[in-house]
Amino acid sequence: MKVVLQHLSKVFPSRNKKANADVVAVSDFNFEIPDGELVGLLGPSGCGKSTALNLICGLQTPTEGRIFFGDDDVTDLPPENRGVGFVFQNYALYPHLTVRQNILFPLQNLKGSDKLSKPDMLAKAREVAELVQIDELMDRKPSELSGGQQQRVAIARALVKMPRILLLDEPLSNLDARLRLQTREELRRIQRQTQITTVFVTHDQEEAMSISDIIVVMRNGVVEQIGKPQDVYDNPVNLFVAKFLGSPPVNIFTGRVTDGTLFIGDDAVLKINGVPNQDIYVGIRPEGFILDRDGPLRCNLNRVEVMGRDVSVISTHDASDNSTIRSIIDAESAADLELSNVRFAIKPNKALLFGKETEARIFFNV
Amino acid sequence: MDKRNNKGWLYLLPAVLFLGFFMVYPLVDVFIYSFEEGYNSASQTYFGVGSYNYSYVLHDPYFLQAVKNTFILVIITVPVSTGAALLISAGLNSIKALKKLYQTVYFLPYVTNTLAVGLVFMILFKKTAYTDGLINLFINWFGGGSVDFIDGPYWAKMFVLCFYTIWIVMPFKVLILTSALASVNPQYYNAAKVDGTSKIRTFTRITLPMISPMIFYLIITGFIGAFKAYSDAVALFGTDLNAAEMNTIVGYIYDMLYGNSGGYPSYASAAAIILLILVLTVTCINSLISKKHIYY
Repeated sequence: MKVVLQHLSKVFPSRNKKANADVVAVSDFNFEIPDGELVGLLGPSGCGKSTALNLICGLQTPTEGRIFFGDDDVTDLPPENRGVGFVFQNYALYPHLTVRQNILFPLQNLKGSDKLSKPDMLAKAREVAELVQIDELMDRKPSELSGGQQQRVAIARALVKMPRILLLDEPLSNLDARLRLQTREELRRIQRQTQITTVFVTHDQEEAMSISDIIVVMRNGVVEQIGKPQDVYDNPVNLFVAKFLGSPPVNIFTGRVTDGTLFIGDDAVLKINGVPNQDIYVGIRPEGFILDRDGPLRCNLNRVEVMGRDVSVISTHDASDNSTIRSIIDAESAADLELSNVRFAIKPNKALLFGKETEARIFFNV
Repeated sequence: MDKRNNKGWLYLLPAVLFLGFFMVYPLVDVFIYSFEEGYNSASQTYFGVGSYNYSYVLHDPYFLQAVKNTFILVIITVPVSTGAALLISAGLNSIKALKKLYQTVYFLPYVTNTLAVGLVFMILFKKTAYTDGLINLFINWFGGGSVDFIDGPYWAKMFVLCFYTIWIVMPFKVLILTSALASVNPQYYNAAKVDGTSKIRTFTRITLPMISPMIFYLIITGFIGAFKAYSDAVALFGTDLNAAEMNTIVGYIYDMLYGNSGGYPSYASAAAIILLILVLTVTCINSLISKKHIYY
């Protein structure tokens, strides 16, 4: 089922009537989610991603704009008539019911012609429990399950009605690091297997990048960029997106363009074409540095962190916005790092230029 | 850890002393009196030892009347007041406007003096030479005949007593249940909503189990409180409750000790022990039932 969001806005009226400072949680959200894709809504906390999810679910009604599931306009439908499954951040499993009763709960709500016989319900619950691999735990209470198992039960409960859309609010945030890795693979597998269009919200860019077909980066209620994870990572449209994606994060320098040459501090690092003279921000991904004895970017070496296959070189530069510059280099080429100075060449395709005022991406030719 | 740590007992000493002195000792004492025939607290003398006191009390028509009254009171007021409190708090929880005002209004009887409420009830229900009372006015209006609720037939008096008791105990229950309802995580309601759960089913399958510990707490304390009812009856029917057929077990104990026909601490003790056994039994049954149905 494809989902279309048209000019979606949500404004929460200000509590202080005099100040009249309404909170715009989501502003003019336009997006078409293709059928069967896994979409990650990504952004820092308070950026409106959960509100966007609630709007799709129907727990909140938009101030403006329309929502379509396929060709149906569902904007004015309450959540129960939209055919959505929702996995809450803390799972919201009913603590007094067993796993089986929790999974059966949505089925028992069905009325009229949708009503199922008891054996049918049990069969469906069994089927979905097998899908998320919790069929061994059906008689336990939620409090007797681990976080990861609770998560699966919540997904099973959301899936048992065969929803048109599956929505997950911060699905992995309550899990420990190891389980998170495991569960996100699991999530991907379940989504692939069921082919249900899925939207999930996260503030963890790594999580979003690793399993999404499409990521949507949001800030202050505004969609900054939509695209395939790799595209967004390689070609961020502005400084915010560049900073938000990537781990370790992008290194930001203040620099300038003078007569076709890109300067970082006093170092002329690249020849570029098509950019008028101006002050700019330069973002360089950690993998964008090449260790080079005669390289143009002269940095003070701080320390080297060995990570096995790669080494991470921590250095400083006067024009750097961050306190340190982190670059990831092949272990072999970093063998002779002993000097207090280290010099880098820059891979042109890994250097991102942003306007000083607008923070928008500036494209250039090499 | 050293199991024979005497320091631990030292720390417990204040509590043990207080509880022992004010609870265990009187209980044991009352138990002993209840088997001492004709005990006189002034001269500290008694005729003999035996179960005569129990036999007397259990054959005393006033005591049997008191037990009957107490049981009717318990069986009617506890479920009705808890149920009504549940409805009111569910209602309070679902409105937004004037919520605080209604909460205050419902809580007012709790801070009002029992006897003052009794006075108001007298005005509402009492039939005097001058007026039949406000309630009778309504009854007449709907075509019924006047009933004397305070000095009239047994059922009418019992009705007023139950109504009064419910009125008195309800505010506390409303207070407890409103806060219990408010503490249910709203995500459960959202989850139920997304799953298309009807309002009634949400209430019975989610809300009720979630607040069940509080409901059982109210039922148990309600039973205990109703078994110990006395002042309510006095507020409505005066101190001569035996004559009004409206005595309660605690009232009987009081009468045996200090009332016009008083001065029988042995009978009072026996009645008190019977009350203790009744309350204990009911509370144990309650706890056993609640263990099965309660979710913590």
